[in-house]
Amino acid sequence: MTQPRAPAIELRGISKRFGAVAANKDVSLSVAAGSIHGIVGENGAGKSTLMSILYGFYEADAGEIRIAGEARRIRSPADAIAAGIGMVHQHFMLVETLSVVENVVLGAEGGARLGGGLARARAELTRLSQQYGLAIDPDATVGDLSVGLQQRVEILKALYRGAGILILDEPTAVLTPAEADQLFALLRALRTQGKTVILITHKLREIMDVTDAVSVMRRGEMVAHLRTAATSPPELAEAMVGRRVLLRVEKPPRERGTPVLEAVGLCCRDARGTETLRDVGLTLHAGEIVGIAGVAGNGQSELLEVLAGLIQPDRGVIRLDGQILATADRDPARLRERGLMHVPEDRQRSGLVAAFSAAESAILGYQHDPAFGAGPLLQPARIEAHAREAFAAYDVRPPDPALKTAKFSGGNQQKIVLAREIERRPKVLLVGQPTRGVDIGAIEFIHRRLLALRDAGVAILLVSVELEEVMALSDRIIAMCGGRITGERAAEAADERDLGLLMAGVTGEAA
Amino acid sequence: MSAAPIELPRWADVALVPLVSVAAALLVAGLVVIGIGENPLEATALMLRGALGSAEGIGFTLYYATNFIFTGLAVAVAFHAGLFNIGGEGQATAAGIAMAFACLGLSWAPGFIAVPLAILAAAAGGALWAFIPGWLQAKRGSHVVITTIMLNFVAATLIVYLLREVIGKPGSMQPETPDFPAQAVLTPMHQLLAPFGLRLPPTPLNSALLLALLSLFAVWLLIWRTRLGYAIRTVGANPRAAAYAGISPAAVTMVAMAISGALAGGLAVNEALGVQHRLVLDFTAGYGFVGIAVALMGRGHPVGVGLAALLFGVLYQGGAELSFDKPAITRDMVVVIGGVLILFAGALDGLFRRLVAGVLRSGRSGA
Repeated sequence: MTQPRAPAIELRGISKRFGAVAANKDVSLSVAAGSIHGIVGENGAGKSTLMSILYGFYEADAGEIRIAGEARRIRSPADAIAAGIGMVHQHFMLVETLSVVENVVLGAEGGARLGGGLARARAELTRLSQQYGLAIDPDATVGDLSVGLQQRVEILKALYRGAGILILDEPTAVLTPAEADQLFALLRALRTQGKTVILITHKLREIMDVTDAVSVMRRGEMVAHLRTAATSPPELAEAMVGRRVLLRVEKPPRERGTPVLEAVGLCCRDARGTETLRDVGLTLHAGEIVGIAGVAGNGQSELLEVLAGLIQPDRGVIRLDGQILATADRDPARLRERGLMHVPEDRQRSGLVAAFSAAESAILGYQHDPAFGAGPLLQPARIEAHAREAFAAYDVRPPDPALKTAKFSGGNQQKIVLAREIERRPKVLLVGQPTRGVDIGAIEFIHRRLLALRDAGVAILLVSVELEEVMALSDRIIAMCGGRITGERAAEAADERDLGLLMAGVTGEAA
Repeated sequence: MSAAPIELPRWADVALVPLVSVAAALLVAGLVVIGIGENPLEATALMLRGALGSAEGIGFTLYYATNFIFTGLAVAVAFHAGLFNIGGEGQATAAGIAMAFACLGLSWAPGFIAVPLAILAAAAGGALWAFIPGWLQAKRGSHVVITTIMLNFVAATLIVYLLREVIGKPGSMQPETPDFPAQAVLTPMHQLLAPFGLRLPPTPLNSALLLALLSLFAVWLLIWRTRLGYAIRTVGANPRAAAYAGISPAAVTMVAMAISGALAGGLAVNEALGVQHRLVLDFTAGYGFVGIAVALMGRGHPVGVGLAALLFGVLYQGGAELSFDKPAITRDMVVVIGGVLILFAGALDGLFRRLVAGVLRSGRSGA
């Protein structure tokens, strides 16, 4: 690997339009063979489009793709696989009811009879596992595996098809810090074996940790190619957004007020009877942000939903303003009337109605407000005026209330939800994943708003899978694992290692 | 990373796609007509003349359209709540039964009391018949597609029993009720318009058309201008968001089904109170099912439903005339044409969306 090889991937002048939107404008990229190359950019910067072109989901309107120095036409994922490109999607493409080896051969069964293909795959899997130190049981059912192991199956799938180039799309979004470290160790091992890795992420720390080179995209264009060793997170953030960004907002200390929301002994089961909350209790005071740290799927979502009245707990007591909430009061509409607002984790699936106009989505949950019409009637003019005002205050772009909700970017959709829930002066604000899928510029805006609310005396419960975000905003941090609260730390006393252990369920010693 | 949904300008979505669908359906129907040795242009001309060429033809066309407006709206309202109500036939039957009881019991009442009460009884009967599947889905998880169609059979059997054993005309072998009291029926349109100097030939068209037009407006108001309509649309578009907003999908399901059933009851009003002046067996005659096509073609919007109802009215009346003039084209052939229309307007909608989107795009990039 000492003599210079042709770049593993060379893209020249790639352009792609969707209707009026230029998703990629004359993009060029060169990825050295045997390197880890990061691609960063805000949402909608064109990273995913570019990778989709490389993987054959779309065909570019113009431009050239060269793989190992050879011009190639990639018109379908099958072409991409034939060219030695493998892709690990953010949302895994696995069949949960099948075993690891069955998933690996899926689409490459090698003949009408399954037996031979499976035997070959099993042998190959064992070899790959040894080569890269990827311990995995080929006969385990994929649905039973942890998210980190499922991701390994995805990687093995690509390697089994002979991929020399691996594209990973936001691979750490679903991992614990420890799992992410394991993934990076694996990527380094792949690099040592001469594989080329493209890592798409918006986490600058990961870029700094693991990549050799990094390319920055902004508004469909490639704006910078940098050697990782020669750059810094602030420089990258500035290149992504096009202006200087505060990566960490100022958080002045503030005395917390009286308890506003108290929960004691909450227990909950999901539809399959699995315990999702086990004896969870917490107190939220006026003027403080309490962050919940935890890997996705450890009960934080259920905690939010129980507190918001969306699901009923099997046991436990919730007090709002000192009053115990009866079952009938634990209804989202009633709780809203009493000042408990909720920014849901999944804004697209529950916080907005994609098919509605933005103005209509901006009254979701408040459709009974007399401000929007007399009696049973709603007045579109008032709903639009309300949206116009809110969109101006929250810098929603484009500020067009008549535009369909689905046409707004993730960050602007989130601003619509935040505006709706915050403008009514909540006493308690439950916030789930406030910046998931939101660009750096908008993240800064949202963080400032949340801190301003806290300073105005609102009690905020923050659930986020971004540990950095939890640490930056919270006054207190509660860690959850397996539906249980595994520890609590004051923000000043918290560090990532310690929280990572709590999130993994390692308790016992006091910090 | 899946195929992007096909986005079209609004005018193309509401006007161009349905027009292309209808044109394609007529083309296919024309091929069928050629296949049996007739001239499709001549057949089309005969059909249009039969439906729209005379005051009598127009009267019949509008009478059919009245039925389709009611059943189309019924399907459309349920559709906005994400429910597929295919029980219009059964709901109209139940409405007819409730109305017959009301009319036969109201022989003492003057018309201005009896007629509104009879209409309310029809709405209540239809609403009840649709509320049952709504309740079953909301509380028990039984799918309305299954339960509404099963209740069609129950209603069809129930009306036979009632017409034979309970409210049947004494001494008659026909499964029908005695005539409703003369003051308790709707006025035929030719009588209604006579005082205004309009001399129209007698047709089945009656004042139920006005009720149908009123229903079109009322449904528009309900769906797009009321808080309940907002709740219905939220549940239909995103039940999770509805739950988040404190809107109970279960309650909305039941309410929307009841409203849907009440609208289907309009079919009984037009047929029994407006035309037959008594309840007869099988008066629903498949109008409830055609309502599904009307609602799909009209894209759930009252304006679209009105236009689609008119189109199917033309088809029914023109088809009847056509089979009269051209014995080779039987009534069944006309039903086939209707079926082709339903297929193209409903099921193959996506096909033409893709086509229209492609044409629009190439037109734009060529310009």
